[in-house]
Amino acid sequence: MSGRYSAFALLREGLRGHTGWKPAWRMAEPKKEYDVVIVGGGGHGLATAYYLAKNHGIRNVAVIEKSWLGGGNTGRNTTTIRSNYFYPESVALYDFALKLYEGLGRELNYNIMFSQRGVVTVAHSDAEMEIAARIVNAMQINGADAELLGPGEVFERIPLANAGPKARYPVFGGVWQGRAGVARHDAVAWGYARAADGFGVDIVQDCEVEGFLVENGRCAGVETSKGTIRAGAMALAVAGHSSVLAAKAGFDLPIRSYSLQAMVSEPVKPCLDTVVLYLGTGTYLFQSDKGEIVVGGGIDRVPSYAQRGNPPAQQTIISGMLEMFPSFGQLKMLRQWAGNVDVVPDSSPIIGPSPLPGLYLNCGWGTGGFKSIPAGGWLTAHLIAKGDHHEISRPFDLDRFATGRLIDEAAGSGIAH
Amino acid sequence: MQLFPCPFCGPRDETEFHFGGEAGKVRPEPAGEVSPAAWSRYLHRNANPRGATREIWVHLTCGEFFLMERDTVTHAVAASWSLRKEEP
Repeated sequence: MSGRYSAFALLREGLRGHTGWKPAWRMAEPKKEYDVVIVGGGGHGLATAYYLAKNHGIRNVAVIEKSWLGGGNTGRNTTTIRSNYFYPESVALYDFALKLYEGLGRELNYNIMFSQRGVVTVAHSDAEMEIAARIVNAMQINGADAELLGPGEVFERIPLANAGPKARYPVFGGVWQGRAGVARHDAVAWGYARAADGFGVDIVQDCEVEGFLVENGRCAGVETSKGTIRAGAMALAVAGHSSVLAAKAGFDLPIRSYSLQAMVSEPVKPCLDTVVLYLGTGTYLFQSDKGEIVVGGGIDRVPSYAQRGNPPAQQTIISGMLEMFPSFGQLKMLRQWAGNVDVVPDSSPIIGPSPLPGLYLNCGWGTGGFKSIPAGGWLTAHLIAKGDHHEISRPFDLDRFATGRLIDEAAGSGIAH
Repeated sequence: MQLFPCPFCGPRDETEFHFGGEAGKVRPEPAGEVSPAAWSRYLHRNANPRGATREIWVHLTCGEFFLMERDTVTHAVAASWSLRKEEP
């Protein structure tokens, strides 16, 4: 590892011209064999490697990534972390992630800039206020913090919100989760990579999977662009490309890949200190530390592997933002991008064994992958090390699609896909 | 805005279309003998290919159901034809 980061280290390096900083992780070349090989060098893959080493003492691990570390959805999301879901299984999962995020910067010795500025979900009618109350009740029963806000309390938090008499989506109140917030997405990937590297994990970039080694009906390793790597167990953490790798391993998944796009404006002075989602527009936004307004919304409706997104969804997102904050009509948008998200019929993730023994799945996070990184990694590591589920991940097994025990958060909490 | 070719109306905005599913799935019959695993496979599993794909779409404005061959990476459309007619 690259030494411990501290105020003293910063001072020392400041005095000697910042010449002593070391790379945060090694550029490893793959060995012939590992105890565990994880495909996908994004947040979930790196977190899995970190918790395998930290929680279970399994350090002979490689993370292989076809391009650069954190360059997929980990680098393309809108960095919001929250646990305002409806079903007990979901709140247990996402609140576990939120709790891990709360201590993560210190644990990884890496500033992930986690800012618990709260999320307000705004409702626009008496009927939607009843739904909001239902969500608040569900969250409180499940042990997550939640508060029902009236219109005055919403405007206290977002004074720039549309209060005009002609507002298409008037503010009736909303759901407040104060522990929710945003974090620096790259720093989460880099922090996990650095900490995993410190335990001896090999992080191999530019290493694309070409096929899987199957011996006696069991996954025994992987064929890559950097040669064959044998593995005692393997995990897939490749988000929107899960179906592509599953096809190489000889099975299919209940996943469809879509583009999810987002955009940022030019930086402006501080004007918004919380995360806002309107139920009516489906658009959500917050202001980054740099002052940019970060805006996102629902997925594009055309199944796609193109990491760009189409204009109709952009138009929906932007028109939603202008309805919510009319003054943002003055903003100039700077950048727009998209990631490939892995959407599952019940909008809940898949964690569990795959149909190929020895290969484990961490996928199906859809639009909610970033907020779940610590929990996804922790639970996948548990699954690989113990060969069996942690109690939190058990309901999210692939078998729920045959047993019918779906965890339908699209219906439960109104996820926009 | 991308244009999709409706076999009945011609090229129209992508927002007028709804994705119906991958082509070639056959509903398992008879219902009484279908196992939960087979039913789950029919209902939920997808090839979800990266690249060339064959899909069923519906043009919401005219109600035409049709097959479309397109590419999921480039979004290029190769062909579309009505489900009321024989495949070419």
